[in-house]
Amino acid sequence: MILRLENLTKHYRVRVGGRRALLHAVDGVSLEIRPGETVALVGESGSGKSTTALCTLRLEEPTSGRITFEGHELTALSQEELRAHRRRIQIVFQDPTESLNPRRSVGATIAEPLEVHGATSSSARRRTAELLELVGLQPDHARRYPHQLSGGQRQRVCIARALATDPTLLVLDEPTSALDVSVQAQILNLLAELQREIDLTYLFITHDLAIVRHLADRVLVMYAGQIVESAPTAELFDRPLHPYTRALLDAVPVDSPAERRTRPTPRGEPYSPLDPPPGCRFAGRCRWAAEECEAPVGLRDADAGHAVRCVGWFSGRVPEPQSEAVAR
Amino acid sequence: MTSGPLLQVRGLQTWFDDAKVLDGLDLDVGRGEILGLVGESGSGKSVTAYSILGLVRPPGRIVGGEVLLDGRDLVPLRERQLREMRGSEISMIFQDPRGFLDPVCRVGSVLREIYRTHEGGSRREARERALELLRAVGLPAPERVYRAYPHELSGGMAQRAMIALALACSPKLLIADEPTTALDVTIQIQIIRLLAGLRERLGLTILLITHNLSVVAEVCDRVAVMYAGEIVESGPALEIFERPRHPYTVGLLGARPRIGAVKDRLADIPGRVPDLQHVPPGCRFEPRCFLADERCRREKPELRALAEDHRSRCHYAEQLREDAA
Repeated sequence: MILRLENLTKHYRVRVGGRRALLHAVDGVSLEIRPGETVALVGESGSGKSTTALCTLRLEEPTSGRITFEGHELTALSQEELRAHRRRIQIVFQDPTESLNPRRSVGATIAEPLEVHGATSSSARRRTAELLELVGLQPDHARRYPHQLSGGQRQRVCIARALATDPTLLVLDEPTSALDVSVQAQILNLLAELQREIDLTYLFITHDLAIVRHLADRVLVMYAGQIVESAPTAELFDRPLHPYTRALLDAVPVDSPAERRTRPTPRGEPYSPLDPPPGCRFAGRCRWAAEECEAPVGLRDADAGHAVRCVGWFSGRVPEPQSEAVAR
Repeated sequence: MTSGPLLQVRGLQTWFDDAKVLDGLDLDVGRGEILGLVGESGSGKSVTAYSILGLVRPPGRIVGGEVLLDGRDLVPLRERQLREMRGSEISMIFQDPRGFLDPVCRVGSVLREIYRTHEGGSRREARERALELLRAVGLPAPERVYRAYPHELSGGMAQRAMIALALACSPKLLIADEPTTALDVTIQIQIIRLLAGLRERLGLTILLITHNLSVVAEVCDRVAVMYAGEIVESGPALEIFERPRHPYTVGLLGARPRIGAVKDRLADIPGRVPDLQHVPPGCRFEPRCFLADERCRREKPELRALAEDHRSRCHYAEQLREDAA
């Protein structure tokens, strides 16, 4: 395992209309990632997927839980000790414009992490040129500034900067959500090429199931701070077990008007888990909800490598998914 | 006038200083149809919407062309006439509804006042009508939303409230500018279905502006694809998706990751959108096109009919028949 999260939890104390409440942003997330894998963490707003990403790098301090990266327990390290490991895990964010310093040239942006980790300026320059080429930019881009670049080029710069310290794990937090379709395709292709050329493992955070289908080996579906289902990608799309996963798949627009068909419209809205109930957090939107859903529910194996957090599935109340409704 | 398209845009030119963002745009929206106007950023799709509504602000200005709604040209109208027209004949919803709802006014009072300003009537009648609208857009507790301030609504509820406002004066045409882009996946489909349902129930005509081809695939009857300020292809949605006849449309369709078809590599479009101050003299897509040749560099293609209601702005549209598949 390159990364293991055990019971990762992040709670925030918040005030809602003058009342104190506890926001369970991430609530007991456990996951494992093998070297070279692409694991997708899927969810809507408030699901806790981005907080999970930030906690993995300890950019947010988890409330509890354990993070083990390449055999080292990151949660046991001081911020100082963490620095040595941080070069091995890097993160790329959604908005490349906000992630770049507008007054810093592309070359200086990419060289910065190298210099922080002790490279000489001439070796940093050489490495910068290599990185630019690796992400499909020209050597003369080094002299440019972010405002002189397109959105896609900026995201390439962010990726080059993330790769500067030879990481093994890249956390990608919605890296293409702010980009146009044609540019998104360029970045997704680049990420796939990079993974083939250098040994990279991806934790890919997204709300877009088509992207998940395109590049993930395994998928974890998050809802209201918890993982509700995990499975290999093909298995999840062919046989989604959790009612929320099914709702998500029903919500994906068709690829072509030729595929239009009637399917249930998902009910209700995702929510931020403030003082959540002990039972299933999706029950309020679930068409199969029953009294038994009010009891605490864990993530259990339904099949080899396929786990689901749903009482109704195991008691037989939630039916087998209809293949027609999901697999096209 | 009751026959012919509801909206006809003819030779519309909207310029911003020396950038001719729109330079002779033609667009028809038929009665009761949902037309998807598709393009990436910088394609001019939002400028098209603002031009139709007479909302272009300096340095932008409409230099020429006509915007005919039911045969009446909106371009020469004065601001006061435009204000009357907006809301009662054409209204618009946006990506971020909360940016357009007044934060210090309750949803209900805004809705009631809009209705009274345009339609008159007592406060009581207006309140009834407002609640009716909130119900029509599928808000679960209309009385509660009526009394709510915008910040008390979730993104999906705010978009529904915005749609209710847009429908307050029974417009003929609704322009929806990226109405689902800021919403979660499960809410996006709810709003798409709501718009489709309103078309069915009210006979509403919708111009849906989006960068998301899947939203178009889900709900639009016809599609117009924009690139660098021009319509490059238009036709029935099924035609456009199954038999695209412009290399840019082919590129856009191939660039999408798809749930139904897993591929190793997405067909990306190289390069970037041209700067509208320095558009190529020939075809605007030529620098990025896999089909381009000398003729494309020299000669600007016209938007021409290939079949009934299917148009393409490509010299080699017929060749795409084999290449695209």
